[in-house]
Amino acid sequence: MGTQSYSIFKAALLVFSLTLFAACSSTEEVDDQQSTGGESDTGSSAQTSGTDETPQLTAEEIAAQEALRTTIFYFDFDVAEFKAEDRDTLTYHARDLAANPDRGIRLEGHADERGTREYNLALGERRANGILNYLIVNGASRAQIEVVSYGEERPADSGQGEQAYSMNRRVEIVGR
Amino acid sequence: MKPYRLLIAIIILATNAHVHAQLSIQITQGVDNPIPIAVVPFQTAGIGFGAEDVARVVANDLEQVGEFRALERENLLSMPSEQSEVFFRDWQVMAQDYLLVGKVTGTPGNQLVQVQYEFFDVNRELLLAGEILSGNVSQLRDIGHEISNIIYEQVTGIRGAFTTQILYVVAEQAPSGSASFRLEKADYDGSRPQVLLRSQEPIMSPNWSPDAREVAYVSFETDLPRIYTQNIATGQRRQITNYPGINSSPVYSPDGNMLAMVLSKDGSPDIFVQDLRSNELIRVTDHPAIDTEPSWTPDGRSIVFMSDRTGQPQIYQIEVGASSFDVERLTYDCFQCAKARFLPDGNNLVHVRRETRQSPTYQIAIINIETLRVITLTNTSLDESPSLAPNGSMIMYATKYQGRGVLDAVSIDGLVKFRLPSAEGDVREPAWSPFLN
Repeated sequence: MGTQSYSIFKAALLVFSLTLFAACSSTEEVDDQQSTGGESDTGSSAQTSGTDETPQLTAEEIAAQEALRTTIFYFDFDVAEFKAEDRDTLTYHARDLAANPDRGIRLEGHADERGTREYNLALGERRANGILNYLIVNGASRAQIEVVSYGEERPADSGQGEQAYSMNRRVEIVGR
Repeated sequence: MKPYRLLIAIIILATNAHVHAQLSIQITQGVDNPIPIAVVPFQTAGIGFGAEDVARVVANDLEQVGEFRALERENLLSMPSEQSEVFFRDWQVMAQDYLLVGKVTGTPGNQLVQVQYEFFDVNRELLLAGEILSGNVSQLRDIGHEISNIIYEQVTGIRGAFTTQILYVVAEQAPSGSASFRLEKADYDGSRPQVLLRSQEPIMSPNWSPDAREVAYVSFETDLPRIYTQNIATGQRRQITNYPGINSSPVYSPDGNMLAMVLSKDGSPDIFVQDLRSNELIRVTDHPAIDTEPSWTPDGRSIVFMSDRTGQPQIYQIEVGASSFDVERLTYDCFQCAKARFLPDGNNLVHVRRETRQSPTYQIAIINIETLRVITLTNTSLDESPSLAPNGSMIMYATKYQGRGVLDAVSIDGLVKFRLPSAEGDVREPAWSPFLN
């Protein structure tokens, strides 16, 4: 008897958990829609740009154009996460991809020469994947993005020292 | 936006030897009391000028490994070429422990040569070895290396590795910014380089098959890192992998039937083994962190690899085909330990070590995994890609010298060092061949 009631309790707990999980999921969806809606209200959505000539949207367009011209993102030593200051720029890239489903890009990850070559190859991929995930979360489709790591094999600056190394720890967005 | 970038990898397989400016060895550190040896120039008859100086090849070989010092030629008191002309007292007076004499005899009208050598223990006044080797005049260098092997084994008891070869990658950056990459093969001392592969895209991780007939490597020629094997003699190639993400670090198993590798097809780099006969792919590790740089244990049953699953690179070991993905951690005492490979004894692990977070220097070291004793073999700061000579006597590795990539070698006890200066470009990722004969 004790076992049975325990089982019932477990089943009840399971149902409760599933309900809670579903609730959480739907809440997230609602949140997402709300935040997207919120951003549309401020005029930053890519779908409204270029069709409306109000000064506010033009300023937004200029900001987007400028952001899209930035295609190299630098990383701190031994850090795989992109810098917080690049977040907005990458958001523009994500929206640009979302608005242009035919467009494809390549994310090329790089590392500086310190550490072993194979590890740096993996670090370059980890950096590129961080940006990949951010772009997808912000509207780009996985199919639009190819990721490749060059590790330390293609330095932007072949010198030694922090000056060169800081130029080499990077992810480049390349059109394809 | 950057313009559409058209990437064209131009690959030329070298069908015949493409000779570049030769690398030549520099001894950067030797032992305190090298063994004195007199290598008398071989008497020559019937061969043209410009043929290889066999005695010079032998003297260079023996000096390069640091344990020998060859008597300067101008200090030779006599020039014997065979046992009947040898007066041991002459050499005892010169404080020489060993003596090599010989003669090279050509046959007029063809390329065949005979090389007779005799090797003596001066103090015991004893002939230790001697024979007649024959070959083509173009093989005089090989014959010299063979004689070096015999002398080395007579004196040290260890099989000589003077007839072995190395693979390495050369990268050159044009002033325009475009780079070119070559996979090359050369004698162990850097002489007689040949291009095996040429590309506009990076080439990485060359590795010899155990029978030395094939090389496995990573090439970005399709714009993505993919693993290839290539028959060294014929140049015939086979693309082994085409998985999404990183395909890297190919390493032949000791029996040559399997290729360990790194694939990130499921999200993060993990270790896999591919059976080269059936193409079956076996997963070896499964972890969201970076697992890379596989090498086989001497028995071929387990794989040693690097993982940053605890935050920084450390060395781990796992059995291939085990029922779980449980790993054994081998290193604890370094900030980063990477690119490890066991010596044939299965106890000592050659690796790249960064001791502390504060000092970003990478050096070649050996750790005994039983006693945890560490010997750091190098003292430069960007040392990587250690590769062991097949006789276990030396480790060749890549380092930076005057801002360029060069290959250095260090004896397993750290006492002897030599450098192969590069004529051009960055030289990196040496892979020392197995015994070739």
